[in-house]
Amino acid sequence: MIFGYPLLSVAIWLPIIFGLLVLATGNDRNAPLARMIALVGAVLGLLVTIPLYTDFDRMTSAMQFVEMKEWIRHFNIHYHLGVDGISVLFILLNSFFTVIVVIAGWQVIEKRVAQYMAAFLIMSGLINGVFASLDAMLFYVMWEAMLIPMFLIIGVWGGPNRVYAAVKFFLYTLLGSLLMLVAFLYLYLHSGGSFEILDYHQLPIPLNAQILIFIAFFFAFAVKVPMFPVHTWLPDAHVEAPTGGSVVLAAIMLKVGAYGFIRFSMPIAPDASHELAGFMIALSLIAVVYIGLVALTQADMKKLVAYSSISHMGFVTLGFFIFNAYGMEGALLQMISHGFVAGALFLCIGVMYDRVHSRQIVDYGGVVNTMPVFAAFFMLFAMANSGLPGTSGFVGEFMVIMGAVKVNFWYAFAAASTLVFGAAYTLWMYKRVVFGAVANDHVKHLHDIGAREILVMAILAISVLVMGLYPLPLSEIMHASVNDLLVHLARSKI
Amino acid sequence: MTYISTLFPAYAEIFLLIMVSTILVVDVLIPGQTRTLTYLLVQLALLGCSLITVATHEYGVAHLFNNMFVDDLMSDVLKLLTYLSVSMMLVYSRSYLITRGLFTGEFLNLVLFSTLGMMVMISASNFVTLYIGLEILALSLYAMVALQRDSATATESAMKYFILGAMASGFLLYGMSMIYGATGSLDIQTISNVIRHGTPNVELLVFGLAFLVAGLAFKLGAVPFHMWVPDVYHGAPTAMTMFIGSAPKLAAFAFVMRILVETLQPMMIHWSGMLMVLAVLSMAVGNITAIAQTNLKRMFAYSTIAHMGFMLIGILSGSIEGYGAAMFYAVVYVLMSLGGFAMIMLLSREGFEADSLNDFKGLNQRSPWLAFMMMLLMFSMAGVPPTVGFYAKFSVLNAAVQAGHIPLVVIAVLFSLIGAFYYLRIVKLMYFDAPESHEKIYVQPDSALLISINGLAVLALGILPGALMSVCAVAVQQSLLLH
Repeated sequence: MIFGYPLLSVAIWLPIIFGLLVLATGNDRNAPLARMIALVGAVLGLLVTIPLYTDFDRMTSAMQFVEMKEWIRHFNIHYHLGVDGISVLFILLNSFFTVIVVIAGWQVIEKRVAQYMAAFLIMSGLINGVFASLDAMLFYVMWEAMLIPMFLIIGVWGGPNRVYAAVKFFLYTLLGSLLMLVAFLYLYLHSGGSFEILDYHQLPIPLNAQILIFIAFFFAFAVKVPMFPVHTWLPDAHVEAPTGGSVVLAAIMLKVGAYGFIRFSMPIAPDASHELAGFMIALSLIAVVYIGLVALTQADMKKLVAYSSISHMGFVTLGFFIFNAYGMEGALLQMISHGFVAGALFLCIGVMYDRVHSRQIVDYGGVVNTMPVFAAFFMLFAMANSGLPGTSGFVGEFMVIMGAVKVNFWYAFAAASTLVFGAAYTLWMYKRVVFGAVANDHVKHLHDIGAREILVMAILAISVLVMGLYPLPLSEIMHASVNDLLVHLARSKI
Repeated sequence: MTYISTLFPAYAEIFLLIMVSTILVVDVLIPGQTRTLTYLLVQLALLGCSLITVATHEYGVAHLFNNMFVDDLMSDVLKLLTYLSVSMMLVYSRSYLITRGLFTGEFLNLVLFSTLGMMVMISASNFVTLYIGLEILALSLYAMVALQRDSATATESAMKYFILGAMASGFLLYGMSMIYGATGSLDIQTISNVIRHGTPNVELLVFGLAFLVAGLAFKLGAVPFHMWVPDVYHGAPTAMTMFIGSAPKLAAFAFVMRILVETLQPMMIHWSGMLMVLAVLSMAVGNITAIAQTNLKRMFAYSTIAHMGFMLIGILSGSIEGYGAAMFYAVVYVLMSLGGFAMIMLLSREGFEADSLNDFKGLNQRSPWLAFMMMLLMFSMAGVPPTVGFYAKFSVLNAAVQAGHIPLVVIAVLFSLIGAFYYLRIVKLMYFDAPESHEKIYVQPDSALLISINGLAVLALGILPGALMSVCAVAVQQSLLLH
């Protein structure tokens, strides 16, 4: 309770309430009103989370801004919220991107505006809930509930093959979640009737049970990350989702899976994590190298960025499972950075798609001639995606590679190949789309981005540069929590 | 006078019987086609029953009529929910039935008679009472399905329902007589005592048990005794389908509790294995076959089969926790089922049944509010939080994990994933597709209000499920421990 209000509850419920308000504006005749309310809700939602950063105690790894109330007495389930140095960053990231998404969809979305905006606001609240939950059931409810708005976003406002993508997205994630539920039920029984995540962290569990729990969690989180080989829903979902949906998917949804690994899998089953680390590292490296190569062959820009996301998320899981501070902090920075960079790239593709209605690389060429301002921003984000020093993309990747060298040179070697592949697929795409002579009439008649788009791009560009040049404000927040996690992981729980 | 006052635990049943008889006569005397007065009397009778059930509630367990009849907390709660769901069903189906000329005095009387049958089943404490209650219910239902005389499908499904139902009753009676042979009694408590402390013929008991379980499975619609369910659900007028799919499930739950748990608890090792087979098969057949359906009523029929399989998991866990969870599941199922069938009736018009999946295409564009309600109901049936259907599944699975049935839980979870697919398809049709007709949907204000309450209740109970969960748990706990 700071400033007299429960910060986390407000961060969760304020966007949801605004979402319902937006819904209440009804049909598309009131679209301008719906947009305004949505913007107010998103901005307020961001503002209320600022104290989470400014008042955060960087010295402790304990949970902060804790709220606890009884929720379902029969099962000893609590409405228990709190954040540590890891989760607080994602709440900020999510609230920030909600504003971006609302602005990005301002004119582009013309049908069922209110429902579109409401879905994003409600989802934003639920995602904040996922990051803030300290009760496993509360987490589960938020985690599943956020599938519903995303399902609708992809299915209603998506591209031609949207139904397939939406159903695939939903069923893939539901499969993982249900197995996670079984793991929670087991832990509930084993812990003598508690759904407290922090209790689970201290609970001794025999190794074989730990491995089963790890596998159940693995299904839930690996699907969300997504890790090879359960990644196939992501390119479909990305390609078919509207721009805003892709941005939230890339910037936030994928992070939820990675967050699950460090909040659940690793601290609850540390011995199994060590036992299965080789397996996880192998999958991560396959994602980095193989998916990087797959990205190289894509003809569709959104698909290319989607595969690039999978490859970058491979870095994140690699960083987690090498169990050292460089790897862990690098992975977390990579998560944040990837949020900005991938989000920005999807917005760039969205800008072009709104004008030409194609995502195919071959339909473009020479865009720089007609859209110079846009090309400059696109260039920066493309560079960040390839991990150029000075951009946010570099910091995380570099730290993870450093961490990996300490464990095994060849891990680092394989991971570092992304610096080549990443540059190759991103810059090659950039070259084909932006440079050269004007390819066709569509490109010839392009008009450059307007003030609204420049605003969004500029905010993201500044974030990417600041994070790349001065990542300390982020790393100092997570430092205590990461150290505590590493100490915890070094202890056996058998 | 003193004798009558000792009958107070059964006042609700007595009152309802008087009311049915009165309404039967009054209805004949009312001229004209509209049955508004009869309808109001029926609703009044249900309200009166609720008040009486609440007023005559006492802590503990009361037996009556030489232990033929029992009144405990579980029976009171189940009866109240039965009145509620019957009354909701009447509100939903009134305009549907009026346009089809089925809103007759006979229908309303049959509804009340079947309610009486359910009440007797719920409060039975002797095999004879159980059977009588079941038959009052079943015979009324057969007649209700057949009420649409000019419809060949309705007549056909009534015939199927009757023949298979009669066979199930035969199974039950046969099983009961075996148990009687082994223990020498039809009284639930006596049988339980004899099995626990006496030396009954175990082979005979197990033989009888197998028949009882088969009969129960018939009534619940569990695989492999489910053949009647899709045909009856599909063929009967939607209002009757709604009725069959709602309140009787509560009575069936009570039936299972009285027979398997209160009577044959010591035989649990035998029946829990049988139920496990039934549960797994029901979830498998129900969920997989439902995917192939293009008719919504038929799809709901298979979904019911799957839901009953899920409910059985709670019972076969064999703990008070599990029975409470199963009761919670049954209650939640009834709520969702009422809403689902109501939606079919709300979209229907004269001469047009909105029971094909395609009739739901683009509903979001025709009526966003109804689409939203249907979406809540579908996600609840699929068991996705924050709807109450999730907690129903959750509490059942929790009981099963506590009983050590982890492989069963994993199977159940995988089948509910398959189930999610066909519920999602409805959401997909409503939200992602373009409507086939743009005809305006006109909904009676009372139905509109009720479907809103129904849909929002699914959400509200999903956000705060604690109270209902505790009611079910305490009800089961009290009636089992105090016996």
